[in-house]
Amino acid sequence: MAADIKQLEIYATRIRIGSLEAIKARGFGHVGGSLSVADTLAVLYGAVMRIDPKNPRLSQRDKMVCSKGHAGPAVYATLALKGFFPYEDIKTLNQPGTSFPSHCDRLKTPGVDMTTGSLGQGTSLAAGMALGDKLKGRDSRMYLIVGDGELNEGQPWEAFMFMSAQKLDNLTVFIDWNKKQLDGYITDISDPHDFKKKFEAFGFHTQQVNGNSVKEIYEAVMAADKVRGMPRAIVLDTIKGAGVKEVEDTFSNHSMAAAPEVFDGWIEGLKEKLAALEGEVVHA
Amino acid sequence: MPKIVYDGSNDPRAFKDVIGGTIISLLDSDPDVIYVDADLMSTIGTYKYHQAHPDRAINVGVSEANMMGVAGGLAAAGFKPIAHTFGPFASRRSYDQAFLSAGYAQNDITVIGTDPGVCAAFNGGTHMPFEDVALYRAIPTATIFDITDTVMLEDILRQAVNLPGVKYIRVGRKTAAKVYGIGSRFEVGQAVKLREGKDITIVAAGIMVHEALQAAETLTKEGIEADVLDMFTIKPLDEAALLKSARKTGAVLAAENHNKIGGLYAAVCEALSRELPTPASFVAVNDEYGEVGPQNYLQERFGLTADNIVTRARELVKNKK
Ligand SMILES: Cc1ncc(C[n+]2csc(CCOP(=O)(O)OP(=O)(O)O)c2C)c(N)n1
Ligand SMILES: [Mg+2]
Repeated sequence: MAADIKQLEIYATRIRIGSLEAIKARGFGHVGGSLSVADTLAVLYGAVMRIDPKNPRLSQRDKMVCSKGHAGPAVYATLALKGFFPYEDIKTLNQPGTSFPSHCDRLKTPGVDMTTGSLGQGTSLAAGMALGDKLKGRDSRMYLIVGDGELNEGQPWEAFMFMSAQKLDNLTVFIDWNKKQLDGYITDISDPHDFKKKFEAFGFHTQQVNGNSVKEIYEAVMAADKVRGMPRAIVLDTIKGAGVKEVEDTFSNHSMAAAPEVFDGWIEGLKEKLAALEGEVVHA
Repeated sequence: MPKIVYDGSNDPRAFKDVIGGTIISLLDSDPDVIYVDADLMSTIGTYKYHQAHPDRAINVGVSEANMMGVAGGLAAAGFKPIAHTFGPFASRRSYDQAFLSAGYAQNDITVIGTDPGVCAAFNGGTHMPFEDVALYRAIPTATIFDITDTVMLEDILRQAVNLPGVKYIRVGRKTAAKVYGIGSRFEVGQAVKLREGKDITIVAAGIMVHEALQAAETLTKEGIEADVLDMFTIKPLDEAALLKSARKTGAVLAAENHNKIGGLYAAVCEALSRELPTPASFVAVNDEYGEVGPQNYLQERFGLTADNIVTRARELVKNKK
């Protein structure tokens, strides 16, 4: 399957808009980490994963675990645009009784494959799911997204050793290397040094790409999916807040509160970008 | 002695400012105090201090089990560590380390778990500990505080760093009702009598103290006079105060922002059943997981309200006779 890169850029831009519209409705939320991962979600749900929005629980489907569960808004926008539920629903983010909580919840949101939010735990869950699919003889692939700050935890590294020991070649882990965690820069708090070398040393087939380029991500996933006998890692070199200059330039951009007009300004900029991308499609 | 200034109005200070401010003041005044956090400094306003004093205010990153162990090690090296993260990560996520590396090995540490129970609000079910008290109660000789207002927080945190054993402080980050006057001093393990009554004992802690006082006000109008105890030290429980009140009223209601299992209600029932069997009930989470939403919605959702205290108190009083 050759992907239409332009369409993926459009999808990624719509995911950014959706994330911000959901967060705007509540007035605050995890802006930075939702924006940085939009391109990866666009590639996975736009060109890679074999899923059916009408049958979100089909056992023989590809699965995605967003272990950095606070990127819920981006996941919800992705799934809404894919047709899992009405787009307007995501604007109930964190309202009483909502199906769209801050952190991904498999019991609440159709299409969410695993409950996450306590950082680190999604990694072992994804490992178990991938192993289980193998043992059941299913042709299902697992895509796991982790944060760079999340990798301060010990559990992910236990899970990575396990994935490698079990030769889980139906699993690909994406590291959203956006250089920041909650308090600040990862290098100031707990310097991870070289993620690529670390994953190589853990026995992963490892690539590093521009994680805010759908083209580079897509090509890396295609290459990774051919690898046999070992789990795959893709280090995503990203910007926290990617796609909205003002967010990128804000130091504390993990969880942000802003007035509706501020959100509108950010969304407007993205809509202009969207119009330009769609114009390119028409004229192509 | 605690000075009671409750009039239903809000505490002028937010907990998060007083948590951060008190930690910093302790660091500045006692060279043996050391503070560790797991990437949640900015939630209590200590990140700037950390940048200026990285040797005394240490950010271990998102690694709570590691943080608890490091705190234990720092205690062994002669420090008085304060470790902070959100409640679920200060309890569930790092429990074995709190139990063994700190408790069992007698490395004395002070743990602050912020946003207990429904205070986790918009962070939702994964971040909403209704079991942290149960876990810490099961650590031998641990001391557990459920904080009422910022005056109490400041005094308790200052005392806690110098107490032996594992100390667990659960406290929100937003504002709560103001209950105590500036300068109030609290005795660890001694409940504060907030209201005198003869018909029922309401034992409350944390955010439920305000609800209990409101409920007592309503009950008065119905001719039910409630004895209200602020049981801010959940362990060791002030059994003397509890029993004295229960002997007088003959009915006890425990109100807590926690599962009914293993927390304040359980502690109260354990003491009563052993020393003075007395009809008792709870206003607490009825063995459920948390969910996302505004705190006031969640209080309604889980029944942690003054109204619910009134209803339960009425029932208890009615069934007495
Ligand atoms: C176990 C655990 N500890 C702490 C938190 C609070 N928390 C939420 S996000 C976050 C920082 C995560 O940083 P990173 O993984 O880099 O996320 P991103 O930059 O992609 O948003 C923290 C500390 C949590 N959710 N889980
Ligand atoms: Mg990050």
